[in-house]
Amino acid sequence: MSVGLVVVSHSAPLAEGVREVAAQMAPQVRVVPAGGLADGAVGTDFEKVSAALSEAFSDGGVVLLYDLGSAQMTAELAVEALDDPNAGRVVDAPLVEGAVAAAVAAQGGSDLDAVARAAEDAARAPVEGEPVGAPAEPGEVRQEIELTNEVGLHARPAALLARSLTGLDAAVRVELGENEADAASVLSVMGLGARKGDRVVLRASGPDAQQAVRLITELAQRNFDE
Amino acid sequence: MGELMTCTAGTVVAVLRAGAEAVLSHREELVRLDREIGDADHGENMARGFEAVTTKIDSATAGTPGAVLKTAASTLISTVGGASGPLYGTAFLRAASAVGDAEQLDGAAVARALQAGLEGVTARGKAVTGDKTMIDALSPAVEAAKAAAGAGEPPAEVLARAAEAAESGAQATEPLVARKGRASYLGERSAGHLDPGARSTALLLSAFAESARSSR
Repeated sequence: MSVGLVVVSHSAPLAEGVREVAAQMAPQVRVVPAGGLADGAVGTDFEKVSAALSEAFSDGGVVLLYDLGSAQMTAELAVEALDDPNAGRVVDAPLVEGAVAAAVAAQGGSDLDAVARAAEDAARAPVEGEPVGAPAEPGEVRQEIELTNEVGLHARPAALLARSLTGLDAAVRVELGENEADAASVLSVMGLGARKGDRVVLRASGPDAQQAVRLITELAQRNFDE
Repeated sequence: MGELMTCTAGTVVAVLRAGAEAVLSHREELVRLDREIGDADHGENMARGFEAVTTKIDSATAGTPGAVLKTAASTLISTVGGASGPLYGTAFLRAASAVGDAEQLDGAAVARALQAGLEGVTARGKAVTGDKTMIDALSPAVEAAKAAAGAGEPPAEVLARAAEAAESGAQATEPLVARKGRASYLGERSAGHLDPGARSTALLLSAFAESARSSR
């Protein structure tokens, strides 16, 4: 069972909005909003967060993201009140980016540690892509592909690309011009700003490198199922 | 008869009721303090929470001091809201754990409960002394309580010393620049005002001490 997510916010519409964005990227993941007070006012409500935690709960555990201030304390308290406090993880991450990264990781079947890390790493994901670095390693698989879908490597295609690597033992980089991104990181791939008509280079290493490149190439050829 | 040397569940119920009365009668003051450097909800939040505590605790069915503290903790967590709910809730929860299922508390146990409460607030809020928070009242209170307990003082005296130290600590927050919580958004402008959380902590301890003393 995939890791569940809880979005703790001072505002109900904000929590719901974050859920909506994350759910679009990872439709099978349980993302439960816990925003505002019981009467709809701005604030964080322990009972609401606890209820959301129960709803999002799975054998895989739950990752909680928060907006600011007391939302963190309320989230931590709700986790400590669980029968098994180790099953919940409150992560220090940017709310929207963290929720998206965590949802995609959860959809891909990552465990609690990995989902929490994906959210936390969202803060460090390069906005502009990283400079192209390492020379070709022996055994590296390279493939240039052209993006023919309408939106290029925008959010949803980037999420599909990252998810296609689930379960594969391969490190895949995506290069566009002088920038490159870790294909497993949705935010990093989005940060490349690759658009329709751009040609990107896939560089994969590891035992499943061939398969990873093949899956991504097929995905691009299908226009990311747009 | 000399001093009452221990504190029972009934004492804890009485003490908490006195705390609730103090919060209710100082509601406007807390609102005013919080309006100056926060979001003006501390008075309402604390009054709502402690009013709920008084309806939940009952000396007839109190059980142990720890059980009463635990009921107060979960009630505060559910009803206070904001940052104060998790912070006070954690303080009472840790205090409850610290006293365990003892039927009666001596002065040392009361000091241990206060110490555990402080540790809980520190862990939850990640503030330190001088950040202009309730820790500025609670931390000196714990030191005073430990000193009193170490000298063999009974619960009422331990609480009285803690209350005095908390009051001085709360007053000393006035010139400080807030480094935690909503007031920290104001930066330098937070100086010149008492911290509402430190004030409510001092108010509560003072009411606790008063009540414990009168139950001799």
